[in-house]
Amino acid sequence: MELPPYATLGQKIWHYVFYAICGLIFLFLITPILIIAPLSFNAEPYFSFTEGMLSFDREAFSTRWYNDILVNGMADSDQPRSWALFREWLWMGLSPVHTAPESFFTDMWENAQWIRAMKNSFFIGFFATIIATALGTLAAIGLSRAEMPYRGAIMSILISPLIVPLVITAAGMFYFYSQVGLSQTYIGVILAHAALGTPFVIITVTATLVGFDKSLVRAGASMGAGPAKTFWKIQMPLILPGVVSGGLFAFITSFDEVVAVLFLAGPEHRTIPRQMYSGIREQISPTILAVATILVIISILLLVTMELLRRRGERLRGIRN
Amino acid sequence: MTEASYQTAPIPAAPTDAQGALLASDGTPLKTKLRDSMRTRRNRAFGLVLPLLLFILASFIIPIVMLLWTGVYNATYAVNMPASAPLMQAWDGESDPTEAMAEAMVRDLVAAREAKTIGKVASRVNRELSGTRSLFTKSGRRAAKMEAPYLAALEKADKDWAELETWQAVKTAATSLTPAYYAAAVDAKYTATGEFEMQDEVRQIHLQLFWKTIWVSGAVMLACLFLGYPVAYLMAHLPARTSNLLMILVLLPFWTSLLVRTTAWIAMLQSQGVLNDIFVWLGITSDDSRFSLIYNMTGTLIAMTHILLPFMILPIYSVMRAIPPSHVRAAKSLGATNWTAFRRVYFPATIPGIGAGGLLVFILSIGYYITPALVGGQDGQLISNFIAYHMQRSLNWSLAAALGGILLAIVLILYWAYDRVVGIDNMKLG
Repeated sequence: MELPPYATLGQKIWHYVFYAICGLIFLFLITPILIIAPLSFNAEPYFSFTEGMLSFDREAFSTRWYNDILVNGMADSDQPRSWALFREWLWMGLSPVHTAPESFFTDMWENAQWIRAMKNSFFIGFFATIIATALGTLAAIGLSRAEMPYRGAIMSILISPLIVPLVITAAGMFYFYSQVGLSQTYIGVILAHAALGTPFVIITVTATLVGFDKSLVRAGASMGAGPAKTFWKIQMPLILPGVVSGGLFAFITSFDEVVAVLFLAGPEHRTIPRQMYSGIREQISPTILAVATILVIISILLLVTMELLRRRGERLRGIRN
Repeated sequence: MTEASYQTAPIPAAPTDAQGALLASDGTPLKTKLRDSMRTRRNRAFGLVLPLLLFILASFIIPIVMLLWTGVYNATYAVNMPASAPLMQAWDGESDPTEAMAEAMVRDLVAAREAKTIGKVASRVNRELSGTRSLFTKSGRRAAKMEAPYLAALEKADKDWAELETWQAVKTAATSLTPAYYAAAVDAKYTATGEFEMQDEVRQIHLQLFWKTIWVSGAVMLACLFLGYPVAYLMAHLPARTSNLLMILVLLPFWTSLLVRTTAWIAMLQSQGVLNDIFVWLGITSDDSRFSLIYNMTGTLIAMTHILLPFMILPIYSVMRAIPPSHVRAAKSLGATNWTAFRRVYFPATIPGIGAGGLLVFILSIGYYITPALVGGQDGQLISNFIAYHMQRSLNWSLAAALGGILLAIVLILYWAYDRVVGIDNMKLG
């Protein structure tokens, strides 16, 4: 993209105009995501910058919405709280004999809406990821074998949860699951999210298996290792980066999914996105911005993890730039 | 050593059977043996895929197929009104209603009222002809006291029973396997005499909605193309270190929750939002005439373009990376101007990427639900929102299924095209 020394004036102008256009597009991509962080420290219950915030007045900023995440929905949020109480609560809660003492933290853990949503999100996401990753990895290994029959047809069936509009998927599941007694249960949501996550696992694991040297498995077998041993000792460590990133994709799919939750989950199964959805629809408050900021930080961490995994995978398989 | 010492033992003749086919060491023909071994390997590969295949069938395919089935099959009337349903189905829909039909109707009304299913039946018939809900509930209350002749008794209870139209609506509802819902999904009416006619102009909403959905998807796809192409070009031609940094700016939105991005756009676009504040500050608009950028079609388009842009950039970028720079140089050395070299050499080479990204964006946006529901307001609602509405609010599941069936058919055609153009094996993430 370097400008050659013989470039005409017109070319120079076009060059910089092009850079400016691209800059604006990047601004379009990234500004909305970054703007929510300062807005979430608003002292006023608004979605916009106040005069005070623009003049960097200390009074105009506060962490009240972050506090609100913790206390919203609690029976009594005015109870005393301190690190010592928190440590005691944590310690007593973790130890098998004692139950946690009745305090601010028990109340928060049991009753705060966002905390419950977080627990639900992680619970559903965890099991959906386990199912999706286990089944998806096995299937990807089968699909990448040369002797696999009806490969194309089966592949397009297995990828279809990614393509079919979510509303149709969710409506179908709602209709069917309510007949077999699975609607408004954790199991229903977990099954739905597992089905939605499997295509990602198949895509990432298949991509890892493309560079997989099959003679390694044969070498292991020739030295007397059985199929199970060659799988766990040779194949699995090599495709692990693909499996983990597929699992991360499956988890983030579940963690971010709201349509199936809207159709299948009852009020006590609300996940974080579901809570945000009703927050946006009903009582719009900067608490949502605070949650959003935390989610952005989580996605930055995930992005970094994925990048590290990709590099590790390339190194293991001997691909170098 | 001499040549002679390399003499090998003569190769023993391979064992063959009577026809001369080769035999394996255990005496079975080699062909059979090979076939068996291939079959074992195929079965083993298939066995690895089978658990997921069954899981997807049970939790995903079967539910959708069952939902689509309700789009052509609705037995609400036939199940709850068992006596009159076969008579109504047999009736030609044009001659005068018979006494037998009326008698069966009265018996059914009594039974349905006792079983408390009359409400369901009433709303089923009401979908065919509005106003019949009250007719059914009212007649249901009086049916127990009715005496022969039943036709006259029904007409006495409510004069609507004298109308042929009423009986025609009942006949349509009594037919369980019916194209009526698909007809309704494309704004047509399936009449009792088995003909299709278009709905009145004012009641046509679905076709318009389908066109709007397709139009929005096309607009989002084009917007993504115009915004994504330059960015992909820039990243593909910068040194790897810089382009990896820029890639983070593309991937971060990709990894950020959909709800977060929708929330962010509300904060950006609302009338007291960041963008309007900037416009007021710049003097583009005055404080009391701020632009309404959200809760309408504009908001839907902006937010969807932002959300789907990475799906356009990534495939175009990976295609551009693979184009050898020497091609453009060769074109220029042969006398092409920059523009000609781009138009005749570079751009055609990027078409596979545009196809992949464009189809993906189109497929994803045609089924979009959350963003229109949150920022679309009244006129930004798409077909998915209607399907959800009929599933959750109006509880007209059969119509929802018919609308969904049409949407699914469109998506599957595009999916097939995507498979042909790109190949689902080549779908890449991140």
